[in-house]
Amino acid sequence: MKFTKTVFATAALSLFAGLALAEEMTIVSWGGAYSKSQLKAYHEPYTANTGVTIINDESAGTAVPKLRAMKEAGNLTWDVVDVEAGPAMQLCDEGLAMEIDHDFMLADAPDGTLASNDFGDFIVSDCFIPQIVYSYTVGYRNDMVGSTPPTSICAIFDTETYPGKRSLKKGALSNMEWALLCDGVAKADIYPMLETAAGQDQALAKLDTIKDDVIWWSAGADTPQLLADGEVVMGSTFNGRLFALIEEQNQPVSMLWDGQIYDLDGWIIPTGLSPERQARALHYVRFATDTQRLADQSRWISYGPTRASSALLVDKHAELGIDMAPHMPTDPANSTNTFLMNYAFWADYKDDIESKFQAWLAK
Amino acid sequence: MSYTDEHRPMMTVDGTPLKKSLAIALRRQKIRALLLISPLLIFVLFTLALIFASMLFRSVENDIVSEILPETVVALSSWDAQSGELPDETVYSAFAGDIQRAAKAKDHTRVGLRLNYEKSGMASLFKKTARKAKKWDLEADAPFKNKLIETHKGWADIAVWQTLKTHSSLYTSGYFLNSIDMRKTVSGPEYQPEDRQILVTLFKRTLIISLVITMSCILLAYPVAWLLANLPMRQANLLMILVLLPFWTSLLVRTSAWKVMLQQQGVINDLLVALGMIEETGRLALINNQLGTVIAMTHILLPFMILPMYSVMQSISPTYLRAAKSLGATNWTAFWRIYFPQSVPGIGAGSILVFILSIGYYITPEIVGGNKGVFISNRIAYHIFQSMNWGLAAALGTILLVAVLILYWAYDKIVGIDNVKLGG
Repeated sequence: MKFTKTVFATAALSLFAGLALAEEMTIVSWGGAYSKSQLKAYHEPYTANTGVTIINDESAGTAVPKLRAMKEAGNLTWDVVDVEAGPAMQLCDEGLAMEIDHDFMLADAPDGTLASNDFGDFIVSDCFIPQIVYSYTVGYRNDMVGSTPPTSICAIFDTETYPGKRSLKKGALSNMEWALLCDGVAKADIYPMLETAAGQDQALAKLDTIKDDVIWWSAGADTPQLLADGEVVMGSTFNGRLFALIEEQNQPVSMLWDGQIYDLDGWIIPTGLSPERQARALHYVRFATDTQRLADQSRWISYGPTRASSALLVDKHAELGIDMAPHMPTDPANSTNTFLMNYAFWADYKDDIESKFQAWLAK
Repeated sequence: MSYTDEHRPMMTVDGTPLKKSLAIALRRQKIRALLLISPLLIFVLFTLALIFASMLFRSVENDIVSEILPETVVALSSWDAQSGELPDETVYSAFAGDIQRAAKAKDHTRVGLRLNYEKSGMASLFKKTARKAKKWDLEADAPFKNKLIETHKGWADIAVWQTLKTHSSLYTSGYFLNSIDMRKTVSGPEYQPEDRQILVTLFKRTLIISLVITMSCILLAYPVAWLLANLPMRQANLLMILVLLPFWTSLLVRTSAWKVMLQQQGVINDLLVALGMIEETGRLALINNQLGTVIAMTHILLPFMILPMYSVMQSISPTYLRAAKSLGATNWTAFWRIYFPQSVPGIGAGSILVFILSIGYYITPEIVGGNKGVFISNRIAYHIFQSMNWGLAAALGTILLVAVLILYWAYDKIVGIDNVKLGG
């Protein structure tokens, strides 16, 4: 009797779950403060408008292998996925992400500008729906740099003026670019040079000069923690992490905008969704990337909206009440010396340079 | 027991021969036992055996090139890769047809990525070529040799065709060669250029650091386990809780705690400076190097050593020691000749556990290991999550598995696997 009851209860439950499924969608993102900003700016208003429950999955870091595995297994459980530009291009090339007609599928700017013009160069792939601009940049301890705080990214390599440990990403990306930049290579020549063995060796030789002074990080939270503990004099990380460290936690740290390397983050919609789920995903994305929503997100995190029309609407931080515009990597005052990561280059050369870099590290 | 006729089998009450009846009962028992363990058996078969099989298969599988570029592979078979000349028009036109079909099916990047593991630039070569190939008319646009070279100068590079030919077989030893810092070329296996050799170093380092960790676990765990086994119940229980408490704490929390303890502005360095044992400028580097990995992992794996040692020591009767002493042995002799040999099975079990767990670790080395304290597992994780080179990850995993099996076998030969006990 008890057994039968359990069976009925389970059946009823799964039926209920099946019904509820129609009003649910799974959105994949990064977690932490970033997911919170999306929750506040996109998910909550969307749920309020449509009644759709949004399930947050925090595995964006492994989106490419997981989407591949889902395709192999034929069981797609994600509706919308937040990825960086590089992985988005890869997913698009492999046919794992759906191609987007940006003008048709995304909202126009309030003044009627088409989405493709509003996003401009940030549409780096046919499948990529841009969301935010963030950057790799450097923060330093105010109390450890003496009376001459650094103004240039090349302070990383200047161990005479700024002795002490510095933390850098445990990987080739960002370090190779900065090494060449600070070795006197013109910005336009950096990626062409990195294609050659001589250019790669030059970058590694430059990094060799500070190798013993570096603590290599693998998680975005490492540098903020090392800076807060006074373990390093300066270190690279994402600009949003430094904003949190400086403005929210009031640590004696400042940040450089010089030489920042822009990277993009945005949505993709996986291929192979049922027509209803795909329509739902497109509906969500249209809402979440309109001018107002992108501007709203910058009230929660210091990442720049990718729409030109949103930049004008950037307001004060929702909790701290400080003006957010000066903290945006894309703010004109901050973007005098910057460059955009060359995704096509890294797609080709990542394996090769990364193995070289790791072999160099291990020596 | 009654008398039975030698020629007639013994019968049960209902008349069946006893032998048969016993056999039935035994079989029933066996079936019942099998049914009872069947969930576990099915689970193990599906998870372990299937995963191992698919891992082994992935490490040699290479049908992607011949599947996506079938005609090119056939055409290339008659080209002498070492001739120093580019393939002829038949290869180029076969390739034009293949790449057009692949581009329409969106398969071209998969094969491009596969070949990019072998030669940088192949991914973009395929991507750029496929974009143009979609518009070709295979009849009207022939011949294709010059057309392909116009499309991308890479097609005039003999090394590109050599890579294609070398990696077009259905099964490949390439991933295993890569795992030991070699590579497959037209003229047979070769060493990777020196500035790309890293994996053998990492394998060696993984084994050596794991051995050091196992040794330090033995040294630290032995006295603790002895105390646990010999203290009165109340104190022993308290000590046991102290051993188990960190065991129940999240791995990440413990690793991060070590970071706070060991860093240059950390607790230990601060203490040493305060006590005047080291200079402010001479703070010790205890983390982000191999020492950090050894310290943190020894602590994390210590319970796996203490528990088997403890359960073995608990079963060693104190009477042997007393007997030895009453026969005139010194404390040391009694310990070394009587007690220690009996505790070896615990050391063996603990060592195997700790060593095997340790060579597979990657989170702790990643966080505290700096650049010289990371393991081969960190590279496996990199190839699964970052470079997507699952074939190489599978080959590395297989080598690691075989290494463990060999060590297990060696242990069996030297110490004897019967001599391992997890409990009394």
